[in-house]
Amino acid sequence: MSLKLKDINKLVGQDVHLKDINLEFESSSRYVILGRTLAGKTSLLRIMAGLDRPTTGTITADGVDVTGVSVRKRSIAMVYQQFINYPSQTIYENIASPLKIQGLKKAEIRAKVMEAASMLHIEHLLDRLPAELSGGQQQRTAIARALVKDVDLLLLDEPLVNLDYKLREELRDELQKIFIERDSVVVYTTTEPTEALMLGGNVIVMHEGRILQIGETADVYQNPATTQVAEVFSDPPINFMHGAIAVGKVTMDSGFGFEATARMNDLGPGEYTFGIRSNQLSISSDNDENARLTGTVALSEINGSETFIHFKHDDETIVVQDDGVHMHEVGTEVHVYVHPSNFYVFNKAGELLISPHND
Amino acid sequence: MARIELNEIKHSYHPNPTDDEDFALKRIHTVWEDGGAYALLGPSGCGKTTMLNIISGLLKPSHGSISYDDTDVSAMQPEDRNIAQVFQFPVLYDTMTVYQNLAFPLKNRGVAKADIDKRVDEIAEALDLKQDLHKRASGLSADAKQKISLGRGLVRSDVAAILFDEPLTVIDPHLKWDLRRKLKEIHKEFKLTMIYVTHDQVEAMTFADQIVVMYEGEIVQTGTPEELFETPEHTFVGYFIGSPGMNFLECTVDGALALVGGETIPIIPSYADKAMRAGGKLKIGIRPMYVGLHAEAVEDGIAAEVINIEDQGFCKIVTAKFGDNAIKARIKDDRSIPDGKCWLTFPPEKTKLYCDERLVK
Amino acid sequence: MSKWENNRAWFFILPVFVIVAFSAIIPLMTVVNYSVQDIFGPGQRFFVGLEWFREVLLDTRLHDALWRQLTFSGLVLLIEMPLGVAIALTMPKKGWASSLCLVILALPLLIPWNVIGTIWIIFTRPDIGLMGSLINSAGISFDHTANAFDAWTTLMLMEVWHWTPLVVLLAFAGLRAIPEAYYQAAKIDGASPWAIFRYIQLPKMRGVLTIALLLRFMDSFLIYAEPFVLTGGGPGNATTFLSIYLVKIAVGQFDLGPAAAFSLIYFLIILLFCWLFYQALQAVEGGEKS
Repeated sequence: MSLKLKDINKLVGQDVHLKDINLEFESSSRYVILGRTLAGKTSLLRIMAGLDRPTTGTITADGVDVTGVSVRKRSIAMVYQQFINYPSQTIYENIASPLKIQGLKKAEIRAKVMEAASMLHIEHLLDRLPAELSGGQQQRTAIARALVKDVDLLLLDEPLVNLDYKLREELRDELQKIFIERDSVVVYTTTEPTEALMLGGNVIVMHEGRILQIGETADVYQNPATTQVAEVFSDPPINFMHGAIAVGKVTMDSGFGFEATARMNDLGPGEYTFGIRSNQLSISSDNDENARLTGTVALSEINGSETFIHFKHDDETIVVQDDGVHMHEVGTEVHVYVHPSNFYVFNKAGELLISPHND
Repeated sequence: MARIELNEIKHSYHPNPTDDEDFALKRIHTVWEDGGAYALLGPSGCGKTTMLNIISGLLKPSHGSISYDDTDVSAMQPEDRNIAQVFQFPVLYDTMTVYQNLAFPLKNRGVAKADIDKRVDEIAEALDLKQDLHKRASGLSADAKQKISLGRGLVRSDVAAILFDEPLTVIDPHLKWDLRRKLKEIHKEFKLTMIYVTHDQVEAMTFADQIVVMYEGEIVQTGTPEELFETPEHTFVGYFIGSPGMNFLECTVDGALALVGGETIPIIPSYADKAMRAGGKLKIGIRPMYVGLHAEAVEDGIAAEVINIEDQGFCKIVTAKFGDNAIKARIKDDRSIPDGKCWLTFPPEKTKLYCDERLVK
Repeated sequence: MSKWENNRAWFFILPVFVIVAFSAIIPLMTVVNYSVQDIFGPGQRFFVGLEWFREVLLDTRLHDALWRQLTFSGLVLLIEMPLGVAIALTMPKKGWASSLCLVILALPLLIPWNVIGTIWIIFTRPDIGLMGSLINSAGISFDHTANAFDAWTTLMLMEVWHWTPLVVLLAFAGLRAIPEAYYQAAKIDGASPWAIFRYIQLPKMRGVLTIALLLRFMDSFLIYAEPFVLTGGGPGNATTFLSIYLVKIAVGQFDLGPAAAFSLIYFLIILLFCWLFYQALQAVEGGEKS
């Protein structure tokens, strides 16, 4: 099935929830909608599901107008942030419920339920009630219920957000594999750049009800079209510095400077915004061409296997990623190195001019 | 301010506990130093909340005693223990202003008005709450509210310890790091004993100098973030800290080699020796970032098959399989990753040996 | 098809609309109809404009009844609200004792209103009533049929006995909804029981207490069955409340026009008071937000 959204707008009172959305989804494809809270991700999913009706615009499925057609009449499954299961039914009955409605034969239902349950590793829990399970297991049940019927459109609205990070890690891994094998259009929303990257496929970056960029996930990550996309699609947020290119040198407002690369020189003199992701900064130097920044540590945030050092450099907080777990005492001085070719350069309007990943 | 000593604490919610399973806390015997920043880290159901309630005095342990600065407080009520607590969601006096909220604990203790003003002012300054001092507390944002809850603990000069129960749950992700930094600053400035309960490794490792990892009612390791990452003393710590967690492979030991499904992995001989003598179930463990991944055959390399690659942006998580064993390797972005066949290496100094889930030292 | 789906929503509202029309709007319109006409019999009706309203508004007996009514409602609220909250605060919070308390408290609410009047008639009789004879044997003369003060006392007692449980139930539900963490925090802050009540329990109960206040005001302002059975509005006019007086005009004297005008005024007074209460509470709440 192919699904097409044309000129979708959604207004609630005076608030614009969605603005000029145009999207096309092909079957057997995965799309991740990435955006911060209130970016319009859930509004968009609800419209796609037929739970809400757009203020203007149309939705067509295989060329047929389905705008406002109830979710019950369409082949859709949805998984929510909250773990939604029928509390009085066993896990087996929960997973089987969409099939029972379809009126399938008992044996067929059994086979499908077992398949979905084994995919999500909950075969041993089928006799239990939802309340007896952990949050992770409850969400697995909800996902199994969504997978059990072969729907055209599978929508997942931040399904892992309420889980512990360890469970999130495991499920993310498994979901990626499950989605690849599906024939349906899978649309998955998240606020986390890492999650979007891990799920792969295509990404739709949203901000304040608008689509900022659409494309293949890794490509969008490497070549964010605007400063806004770079900001939404970086965790921790990308570091921006304002500065100018003049006579072969880049000088930031803070006074920090380095030799401009050939590509930067080609841009010509003027003021630009420079972006650098935290992983492109390092606290040790292995290259003579590296420029050096000095600052004081504001916090070292330890994120699994990396340490994010937030440091103050001339009133601005810059984040640098250090592999492994290392403590950096707050208030101490740090030197941070960066290779000039790793900078993104944006013009004053925030549009990408130079990406380190693209020549 | 106080040094907290937990003496042979055991706790069960059953009236007549019979076996180990009935105990929410199995045996806790530890000392927390005055002025330290501690985190209690563990998954849900590990006993960390039980432990917190025992420290605060809401719960009396079935066995053992707890003392603050050598005074046994086991029988004392929370209000007599001089502790402060910040809860998961903001607990405020809705009808009061920020100032009144902060002054409340002092007013209740009959402190003079001038002293209250001075102290509240100091605390509001430290927490960046000065501009909101005369606003209604109920109208503020969640992070400001949590700061007020913390402030009510800080205003008291006699407070022995501040306990935090997952205090950042309701805070927007992009404000979290700001609040974490604030907590760090506060700890440095006030030199208070702080105990932070969480299931989130980022929170624990960012906040605490010493992390107490709990698993099934026991403390499995206490250490700095670096220690927990580099030398997990229990397989659970290896799994729980770091994303992805440590790789574990069941093995047998022969001389200075670990045998895993017919392949050999070199290990440090003295540990191998100890493990052989201990004679329990053996596993080797290695962090994904230390696993070597090569496109060509190398010395001591184990031939394997790449089965999955996850892109995390700044690095790639590669899953490789040899025999029935799956290994995750964390590879920095700029290195090319072999397709299909590959060779894995395990640097001996980073390869740990575990006997019955405990580190062989 | 999609238009149809959207419009279908109206069908779901229709039953409620019909019920409301029959139960409220049509009777109300009938009353409005009566209030502006003089009706002698079938087919003999004259439009009199606001004449009945003028007559009723100038009726001094109605003024007396209104003051009586306001005094009664005011006193009832002054007793029931604090008493209800006090009982809710002191009763057991959980376990079987709590359930038992709730059941006992709910008993008066289950008895039909007119039966309540009869129970209290017997209860307060000087000769055979438990309360009446006890008080009289203590040397105090007590007779609600002869003494206005005794009649009021009896009615108030009955009203408080009957309806305080409702306030208790609502307040108790409000108290139960306060998370344990608030009490822990208050303990840690060294708050006195009074401070806990003033700064945690009372603010958190405000919502349910507003509902209790509105319900109790409306009910006590409309009280009819109890004084009708117990005192019949006497002695003299001592307990002739608005509703009793209204029924006297409408049924006793069959003055349907003035009675209809009276009903509408009565209705407006209640609306006005509810609005005033609501505004006052909103203002308090608004003040707390700013």
